Amino acid sequence: MAARALDTVTVGETIGPVTIPVTRETLVAYANASGDQNPIHQDEDFARSVGLPDVIAHGMWTMGAAGSVVSRWAGDAGRVVEYGTRFTKPVVVPVSGNELVVEGTVKAVDAETGRVTVEVTVSAEAVKVLGRCVAVVRLD
Amino acid sequence: MAVNADFVGRTYPPDGPHPVDAALVAAFAAAVGADDPVHTDPEAARAAGYADVIAPPTLAVRFAQAADRAYVTDPEAGIDYSRVVHGEQRFVHHRPITAGDEVVGTLTVDQVRQAGGHSMVTTRTELATTEGEALATCVSTIVVRGGED
Repeated sequence: MAARALDTVTVGETIGPVTIPVTRETLVAYANASGDQNPIHQDEDFARSVGLPDVIAHGMWTMGAAGSVVSRWAGDAGRVVEYGTRFTKPVVVPVSGNELVVEGTVKAVDAETGRVTVEVTVSAEAVKVLGRCVAVVRLD
Repeated sequence: MAVNADFVGRTYPPDGPHPVDAALVAAFAAAVGADDPVHTDPEAARAAGYADVIAPPTLAVRFAQAADRAYVTDPEAGIDYSRVVHGEQRFVHHRPITAGDEVVGTLTVDQVRQAGGHSMVTTRTELATTEGEALATCVSTIVVRGGED
C-alpha cells in the first residue's frame, strides 16, 4: 500500500462502514500482544463477579481495531500522527462473539501541513462505544 | 481510600527499556486487524520510508501501561485497581515505533480530580528510544469508581 495523496481527500469524505468481528480468541490474542491480562477480558466468571454482564473487550482493542480502519484508508499506518478517544460503553463479548461497526468522516483537511482530521464512529449492537474518537493523519 | 492528589506533578524514573521486535509488531497487528504490510513485511516498510516493520499506532499503550504500573501499584497513590476502568486515551506520535527500537517510558501524573463520586486520574507517558529519540506522547485517563461505603 502507499499513502493516499493529500489532494485526493475532501472534507465530508466517508470511510466504511466496516464490520469487525470480535471473539474471545481475539481478546486472548490482544491480551498477549498488549500485555493487558485483566481477567475481565477473558474470564466470564470473573467478569460477572465484578458486576459485568459477561466478558468485555479491552477498550484499547476497540480503539486499535477502529484505528486499523483509518490506517487502511490512509494507505500507511505510519501516517497516523494523533489518535484519541473516550471509552463510553463496554463491548460485551459472549461465547458467540460480537461485532463492531466502524465508520469515519473527514472533518478537516489542512493543505499547508497535510494534516487530515478523521472523526471515527464505533458501534456495537447499534450503540456507540467510543466518544470523541478522532484520528489525525499526515499526508503529502 | 481516596486517590492521593499529592502525586500530581510527580515524574517516575524511566521504565524499560522494552525491546520491540518483528514478532511483537506482527502479533499486535494481527490482534487489532491491521493488515497493512508495513507491519509484517520489512521490504514494504522500507519502501514506505521506515527502517523496519512499524507498529500499529496503539501498540504504544503496551509501553505506556508498563510505565503506569509503578504508579498505580504504589500503595501511597491510593488507587484500588479492581475499581479502575479506562476512561480516555490519546496518542501523539512523533515517529512510528519500529522493530529494533528499545523503548523507554517516563510517566508523569498530570491530574487527579473528583467527579460524580469517582476519581479521574490523568497520566502522561513520554515514550522514547534508549538513544533519546521521541516516539510518542501517551495521555491516559483512568476512572477509579467510588465505593458504596
